[in-house]
Amino acid sequence: MARVTLQNIEKSYGDVHVVKRLNLDVADGELVVLVGASGCGKSTTLRMVAGLETITSGELQFDGKVVNDLSPRQRDIAMVFQSYALYPHMTVFENLAFGLRLRQMPQVEIDKRVGEAAALLGLNELLARKPAALSGGQRQRVAMGRAVVREPSAFLFDEPLSNLDAKLRVQMRLEIAKLHQRLGATMLYVTHDQVEAMTLADRIAVMHEGVLQQCASPNEIYATPSNTYVATFIGSPAMNLWRVPTAQQTSAEVAVLGVRPQDLLPCGQADATVQLRVEVVEPLGADTFAYGEAVDEHGRSLSDKAALADTDVHTRVRAESASVVRLDPHTAVRPGELLPLTADPARMHKFDRTGNRVN
Amino acid sequence: MSATKKGFPPWALHFLLVPITVATLYPALYVIKLALSGTGGASASPWPWPETFSLDAFSAVVGHKGSDGSWLFGRQLANSLIVSLSTTALGITLACTAAYGFARFEFPGRRAGMLGFLATQMFPGILTMIPLYVLMQKLNLLDSMLGLILVYATTTVPFCTWTLKGYFDTLPKEIEESAIIDGATRLQIFWRIILPLSAPAIAVTALFSFMTAWNEFVLAYTFLSREAAYTLPVQIRGYVGDKDVQWALFAAASLVVSAPVMALFYSLEKQLVGGLTAGGVKG
Repeated sequence: MARVTLQNIEKSYGDVHVVKRLNLDVADGELVVLVGASGCGKSTTLRMVAGLETITSGELQFDGKVVNDLSPRQRDIAMVFQSYALYPHMTVFENLAFGLRLRQMPQVEIDKRVGEAAALLGLNELLARKPAALSGGQRQRVAMGRAVVREPSAFLFDEPLSNLDAKLRVQMRLEIAKLHQRLGATMLYVTHDQVEAMTLADRIAVMHEGVLQQCASPNEIYATPSNTYVATFIGSPAMNLWRVPTAQQTSAEVAVLGVRPQDLLPCGQADATVQLRVEVVEPLGADTFAYGEAVDEHGRSLSDKAALADTDVHTRVRAESASVVRLDPHTAVRPGELLPLTADPARMHKFDRTGNRVN
Repeated sequence: MSATKKGFPPWALHFLLVPITVATLYPALYVIKLALSGTGGASASPWPWPETFSLDAFSAVVGHKGSDGSWLFGRQLANSLIVSLSTTALGITLACTAAYGFARFEFPGRRAGMLGFLATQMFPGILTMIPLYVLMQKLNLLDSMLGLILVYATTTVPFCTWTLKGYFDTLPKEIEESAIIDGATRLQIFWRIILPLSAPAIAVTALFSFMTAWNEFVLAYTFLSREAAYTLPVQIRGYVGDKDVQWALFAAASLVVSAPVMALFYSLEKQLVGGLTAGGVKG
C-alpha cells in the first residue's frame, strides 16, 4: 500500500478554480474521507489522484514518487464509482477478472484472486450473473470486489453509497469499514454524507469552494472545528452560531459563539446562559429537539442580523435558521415557552468575525 | 389504450385501422399475386389474391441464364451479396471508429466535421452522380464491384456515423473510466467495452447499410454496363422492356431480392431490441 501526498494541488477549468492549493497527506493504510457540499472540489480531487483529470499545478506523490504524468494504469490504484460502473455485458466473474486479464495474469491466479474477493464480499453465489440481475447492494459489492482483486496500492471511493437506500447504506458502510480493517489499505473516500465521514474515517478532510478547511480525526473535527463552515457542516443538527451575549463577552476578538444543540441544558432562570423562545418541538423518541429563537437575558435576539452583519457568511447563513437544542425526551416543553438554557463554557466554541476559531 | 380509457370506442379504432392495414398490405399482396400468376401477362383483376398458382416466374428468375449459357442470376446474386456485405463491413468499420472519435474526443474541427457529415445528407444523391462517374472512370473502376463498394460505403458512412455517435453518447462515461482504472488502453476499451455494448446500434446501422447497398439501383445502373456485373436491382429493371413489361418476372424477382433483407432483419432481431447496457450503472 502507498502513502499518497498532495502538495499544493490546483485544478482550473479556464478561469474557474475548482481546487485551490490543496495539501493533504494520506498515510500508508490510512482511510481519509474528503467531505464537503456539492461542487466543493472533492470529486475532482479524487479524479486527479486517479489520473482521470489532469493536475493544473502542484505535485501528487505516491510513496514520495511524483505521479502527475503517470496514467491511471501506471499509478496502480483502484476506484469504486458512485454509479457502480460495472461492465453490463460481462458476468460478475468477468467483471472482477477484467483488470487481471488486462495484466495478462495466469488463469490460475485470476481464479484464486476472484475467489478470495468473492468470499470476502459474499459474491460466490453471484459470479455467473450479469449486473442487470443484481440488486443495488450486490452491484456495489461487485464494484468493491473489482477493486479488491487488483490488490492496488490505494483505493479510491467516489460517493460509493449515494445510490443505495438508507438501510443498505448502513450495511455497506459497515462492510467498507470491515474491508479497511482486513486489508489495512490506503483509502481516499469522497462523500457529502457527514455520518459516513464520521464513522469511516481515520481522518476527515473538510473542503469548501475548492479549499481544504480542516483535516483531522473525526473527534477533533467535531470537538474543535477550525472555522464556522466546519462547525456547521459537521454535526447534526448543526451547531448554533450566535452573537456573543454580553455576559459571555470576554474578548473583543470573539464575535461569534457556537454551541452544539446537545451541549445546551435546561436550567433555572438565574443560571441561564441563553434562553430559547420555543417555536417548534420535534419528539424523535430517543431525543426531543426544540427549535426557536435564542435570546439573551434582556430578551434580545442572539441571531440579530444587525449584530451579525460584519461576521462571515456561514455565521450569517446559520443565523437565518432557527436555533436548536437537544432535550431529554421527558422534558416538558411547549411552543411559545421561554426555555432557560445553560452551557459548559468549555464546550462553547468561539470564532472571530472572519469565522476562524479563537482559542 | 388511453383512447379506449377516455371513451374512444374500440370499433371506431378498428374502423380507422382496418383500411390503413388494407392500404398498406395491398401493394405487397398484389406483387405476390403477380409473382404467383405464372409467366403470362398481368391480370386485369384488382383483387390481390392469385387466380392461378404457379412458381414458373420464380423458376424463370432464379434460372435466368446469359447468352453464353452461364447462370446469370447466380452471378448477379453473388455480385449483390459481395457489394452489400463489403459495403456494410467497410461502412460500419469506418463509421464506428469515426463515431467513437466524435463522441469521446475533443479535437479541432469536431463540430465542423459532424455538421459536414450532416450537410452531405441534405443534397439529393443524384447530384453526386456525374462527379462520381467521372471519378470512377478516371480510376478505372466502372463496371467493377470495388468501385460500387467504395461509392456505397462513402455514401452510407455519414448517416451511420451520426447514428452510432448518438448511441455512443448515451453510454455512461464511468464505464470507460472504470476500464481505464482497470488498466485498459483506448483501443481495448473500444473493442472490449464499447463495441459489445453497442451491438444494438451497430446491428441497426449494419442493417441500414446493407439495405442501402442491396436495394440501390440508380448508381448501379449508371456505373454498370455488363450484364455479368449487374447487381440484382439492375437485373430487375431488365424485365421492364421498351415495348412490354414482364410483370410476373418483375414481381417474382422483387420478392427474391427482398428475401435476404428480411432474413437479415429476423437474424438481427435480438440485437435490435437492445437493452444491453441495463444494470451497468445506476439507472
